[in-house]
Amino acid sequence: MMRPSCILPFVTRRKIPSSLSVIPSINNAVARASSNRAHSSMPLPSFDDEKESRIRSETSQASANQQLLQKKMPAFQRPSCIEPKKEQAKKQPSTIPTHVTYTGDMTLPITSKLKLTLPNDETPSGSWPLFRLMDEDGHLRIQDNVIPNIVNLYDTKSALHAHRLMIRLTQMDDIFLNAQRQGRISFYMSCRGEEAIHIGAAAALSLKDVILAQYREAGVLMYRGFTLDQFADQCFSNKNDLGRGRQMPVHYGSRALNFHTISSPLGTQLPQAVGVGYRLKMENERQEQESKKGCAVAFFGDGSASTGDFHTACNFAATLEVPSIFFCRNNGFAISTSVEEQYRGDGIVSRAPGYGMAAIRVDGNDLFAVNAVMKVARRYAIEHSKPVMVEAMTYRQSHHSTSDDSTRYRDVKEINRWASDGDPVNRFNNFLDNAKWQGGMDGENVELYIKRVRDEERFAVLRAMEQAEKKQDPDLSTMFEDVYHEKPHHLKRQEKELLEHVKRNKEYYAAGSH
Amino acid sequence: MDTDETAILFGEDVGFGGVFRCSQDLQDQFGPHRVFNTPLSENGIAGFAVGYAATGGTAIAEIQFADYIFPAMDQIVNEMAKFRYRSGNQWNCGGVTIRAPCGAVGHGGHYHSQSPEAYLAHTPGIVVVMPSGPKDAKGLLLSSIRSPDPVVFLEPKALYRSSVEPVPDEDYELPLGVANVLHQGSDITLIGWGGQLRLLEKARLLAQKEGIHCELIDLRTILPWDVDTVTESVIKTGKCIVSHEAPLTCGFGAELVSTIQNECFYSLEAPVMRVCGMDTPFPLVHEKYYIPNELKILDAIRDVMEKAK
Repeated sequence: MMRPSCILPFVTRRKIPSSLSVIPSINNAVARASSNRAHSSMPLPSFDDEKESRIRSETSQASANQQLLQKKMPAFQRPSCIEPKKEQAKKQPSTIPTHVTYTGDMTLPITSKLKLTLPNDETPSGSWPLFRLMDEDGHLRIQDNVIPNIVNLYDTKSALHAHRLMIRLTQMDDIFLNAQRQGRISFYMSCRGEEAIHIGAAAALSLKDVILAQYREAGVLMYRGFTLDQFADQCFSNKNDLGRGRQMPVHYGSRALNFHTISSPLGTQLPQAVGVGYRLKMENERQEQESKKGCAVAFFGDGSASTGDFHTACNFAATLEVPSIFFCRNNGFAISTSVEEQYRGDGIVSRAPGYGMAAIRVDGNDLFAVNAVMKVARRYAIEHSKPVMVEAMTYRQSHHSTSDDSTRYRDVKEINRWASDGDPVNRFNNFLDNAKWQGGMDGENVELYIKRVRDEERFAVLRAMEQAEKKQDPDLSTMFEDVYHEKPHHLKRQEKELLEHVKRNKEYYAAGSH
Repeated sequence: MDTDETAILFGEDVGFGGVFRCSQDLQDQFGPHRVFNTPLSENGIAGFAVGYAATGGTAIAEIQFADYIFPAMDQIVNEMAKFRYRSGNQWNCGGVTIRAPCGAVGHGGHYHSQSPEAYLAHTPGIVVVMPSGPKDAKGLLLSSIRSPDPVVFLEPKALYRSSVEPVPDEDYELPLGVANVLHQGSDITLIGWGGQLRLLEKARLLAQKEGIHCELIDLRTILPWDVDTVTESVIKTGKCIVSHEAPLTCGFGAELVSTIQNECFYSLEAPVMRVCGMDTPFPLVHEKYYIPNELKILDAIRDVMEKAK
């Protein structure tokens, strides 16, 4: 039985003791640098975990920084409940989590240190740590960091835009899934629980970057500009479908948005991403402007990482030295096969050093962290023309597809836990609640704002669906086009025979393809 | 490589000149960024080619032996062949050309002798080409590389050394999808491709001594194949033999024979015959017996002529 998918669990907030200040502090050097915003020459940000706990009790610095923060980013308002204390007698017990446990009994330590493990670096002893900026309750972890410089989602407008798109994605997933259950489309795959990955990653890329996805990355395409009409047209296989009604739903593709058409075989996109990267490397070398350079980004799941194509692609990418990012959505499952039955190593990221590839692991349910990591990965890939592996840990809240009932192989309690406390959209809702960006939310309080956005997006999806459903099928003559650049003789002949046959049997074929 | 600056040539051991010297001196001439070795993985070579071509480049990939094309079949069948169609013509990888040496060489055994054209021909969306000599090879290869569709170009390895003929220096292309009638004849049509043409020609000369005049056709392109030239010839002669090195069952000859009997039935004076390799893995010590040689072809010609009386 599926969990009710239409209702977004509302904001849950864990209270943090008010004596504990949770303020991103900015040191002076960074403040100076941030005024330049010279991205390409900026050294990679580094965070120090030990410093983190010290800074919690460093109050005068914190208040000075707070003023700086307000000057630099007027839109961001300090949550009024959190004030820096002048003195802190005792160290308060921290409710800030230190680890996250994923399905398959995988417990990973959290770090707020954003650092790519480069090919010749020492690899972590024990599990690779999980980079995170924002906890489940929406509060940002402290660091003497350069957040304003690497996370452009920090400004109100971008953050609210990202939030709206995550909600749009959840609404589209809900409605199209129900459409399949009603027999209106043949098949659908949801992305519930992975919204932060899609939007966070896409927001770090430029349209020059070529995306080669697997099938659960609709939000990436959505962020780039694929409209709800276009999504619906493909799922309904109507005459406006860019794919001309040839493939199952969710097999989207867009040349204009530099998104390769999805194909069902798993992992095949990975060696292709090496070829794309090689071509982009050649083109990048001729570009003066940084903004015109691009990289290849291949998305794949924990299951696909077992294929031969994955192995081949990693080895090729590192050996041929191409600007390709290999982004793994480790969501715990490949249909019914949990990660415990998929591999024995430490996830996917730990394989990278074996190939001589840079890598990092990130909390996939933290929009800001995913965005930051992608920015850093992209910069590295383009600057050095070398590949990067990113493993984003998350949980597949949805069933594999509409042909799957995941309650048959996993605990409903586990799904519900991730759908509430672990959910990336909830986390961001909590962040909004803390940030209190009344200005950006048209003066509404957070609850009402979120509800309004949800309703608006829901309505937009429903409208797109209704329109798509009414449109006709693509013309039968298109069936024989695009097999080759030019239609060869034998296809012209087969087409002729088919059209004559259809003419002779009009009634049978009159009902259309459904 | 001269006329197309995006053209790259890659595969295993391509850099030093290749195991058949096909890329000799090319790395010196065009540089290691354009002519280079890849790590050892055929699915990687094919996938890399698809990605490169999809981004607007011309990818000339080499698979060291056609026997090793099988790991690349997923990329070829599921990706390359369907790339344009599945995207609604938004994307294409027409810039791909995969070259692979194929066929018997005298001592190749199971894994250095195969002719996999039948597996490839069953794949709508790709073009499959096999030249029968050096002059054809140059013209067909240039057409293949410049074709807007992905091409698998099978090169009969026995011909690298043994086949000698004058080849024009200039840039020229031979059309794909068009068969070549090598000799006109009125008695019987002989059809083959690649290395088999040499044996068919020997058989043709032997038959001529017996007063049988054979029309000899080199198919050149396996997919899409030139139905019109073949049927026109068989309607004229009324008799036909198809011959290929690859095993008999489900070999590409079966496709030809099926179409010929459908299109030319009322003109046929005898059953259409196939003279092919045996249904065994390609043997080493018994290669001489396995090969559909000129004696076996001649036997078949006599058999068909007899049946037609």
